[in-house]
Amino acid sequence: MAEQPTVPARLQPVPFRGGGFTVRRLGPIGLLVFAVIVALWEAGCRTGVIHPLVLPAPSEVYAALARLVETGLIWDHLGASLQRLVVGWSLGTLLGIAVGLAIGLFSLARAGLAPIVAALFPVPKIALLPLFVIWFGIGEGSKVATILFGTFFPTVVATYGGVDNVDRTLIRMGQSFGLSWFSIVRKIILPGALPAILPGFRISAAIAIVLLVAAEMIGAEYGIGAYILLAGSLMATDELIAGVAILSAIGLVVNFLIGRAERALLAWRR
Amino acid sequence: MELHVRAVGHAYGPLPVLDGIDFTVPEGRIVCIVGPSGCGKSTLLRMIGGLERPDSGEILQIGSPPTASLNPLTFIFQDFALLPWRSVEGNIRLVLEDHRIGAADTERIVADVLARTKLSDFRQAWPRQLSGGMRQRVAIARALAVSPAVLLMDEPLSALDAQTRELLMADLVDLWQRERFSAVYVTHNLSEAVRLGHRVIVLSRRPGRIRETVDIDIPLGDRAARAVELDAHQARLWALIRDEAEAADKELVDG
Repeated sequence: MAEQPTVPARLQPVPFRGGGFTVRRLGPIGLLVFAVIVALWEAGCRTGVIHPLVLPAPSEVYAALARLVETGLIWDHLGASLQRLVVGWSLGTLLGIAVGLAIGLFSLARAGLAPIVAALFPVPKIALLPLFVIWFGIGEGSKVATILFGTFFPTVVATYGGVDNVDRTLIRMGQSFGLSWFSIVRKIILPGALPAILPGFRISAAIAIVLLVAAEMIGAEYGIGAYILLAGSLMATDELIAGVAILSAIGLVVNFLIGRAERALLAWRR
Repeated sequence: MELHVRAVGHAYGPLPVLDGIDFTVPEGRIVCIVGPSGCGKSTLLRMIGGLERPDSGEILQIGSPPTASLNPLTFIFQDFALLPWRSVEGNIRLVLEDHRIGAADTERIVADVLARTKLSDFRQAWPRQLSGGMRQRVAIARALAVSPAVLLMDEPLSALDAQTRELLMADLVDLWQRERFSAVYVTHNLSEAVRLGHRVIVLSRRPGRIRETVDIDIPLGDRAARAVELDAHQARLWALIRDEAEAADKELVDG
């Protein structure tokens, strides 16, 4: 080392190797991408690159939507669909949380119910729709039941997963201060499981919308699903896409509401 | 109220963890339990607090706790065990809600313990906003709210940095001088043991047995100033557990 000729010291900054791997907030890029896609689509239809039978132009879809609003039919369809969605999802969620809590809290419930839940969760509820029609009637009953069952299973799984993940030292703390069993469940286990239950809502709400459309394709006069089915059988692709757009909008609103609920209920996290 | 730990033995399956543990916790005294890791000291504390049952032996209360005591045996945990979804105030109210005390009394207790732990300005803060030392002060305030007869402290300062530990140790000494509480204090930190313990019980490696009981009769308030004497005690304790700590360190965790 000592024998090496000394080179004049060169000054240079150390190479930067950090950065990346984080999510930056970039503003409404998503909206811009959406607008570009719609513009290209419209241009394609106008220039004849896209055949009108293959895909209707966005302007025609908009016209179909406008007709729906003008005739006021949109409120009948939306009203019927939202009612089924709200009733089915709420009941399914309530039952799901109750059963999920039972599985999380009682070994007997876990041993008895967890395998059944695991067995029935992957069954597509659409396949059971004809059965539901026999059991609950062709009217609202079968439609609500389909959504209820579709919502129930993911909620059960999310809830007992959440209960399993509650910090045991917090439970031991509750016991050490002599809190009642009911207090421990209500004040420690339930809020502790909430960070797992709320993301489950996103999944169950998406499943509920999928099942809503499927259920409305059997014996429904009103409903977005019925509207899409009718449009499809008449080859009215503009109305079909309009119906799909309404579903998307419902999905976006639901997602927004769940995001709001998360921010309000999980404010303690950050 | 005194506690008598009588001939306690315990095993996890075939693995004996505690054997023939026998000592008393006199009223108004702090008993420190030290020992190498894995010697069962935290298990022993949970048994004293009634959270776990020993296989043999028993833990006896001698005399009854003062009537004002809402939760005679009260824990302070190493990782604080605060509910992250409740504010500082909410965490203290949690342990009062199950007792039928009126709103006015609850408010008086909360204000009082917050003042005693110098937390009054942080009433509405979330636990995540507080430093480790502040969080442990909240846990201490919560413990004081139920007027315990015996405090059971499970490595309460081990999750804190050295400076915070020093500050909180002084706080605990102040608190004891005012309230003269009884406590069982489990730690692996010998300097905490000689600063806070009237009696230090040294446990051996698994299965935990009492190797030696050391009484330190320097008043708690004078100890910070009498470092030389404390160092002598600490050196003696270290000599007792050094070999065992070394052996425990080399053990496989689930061996």
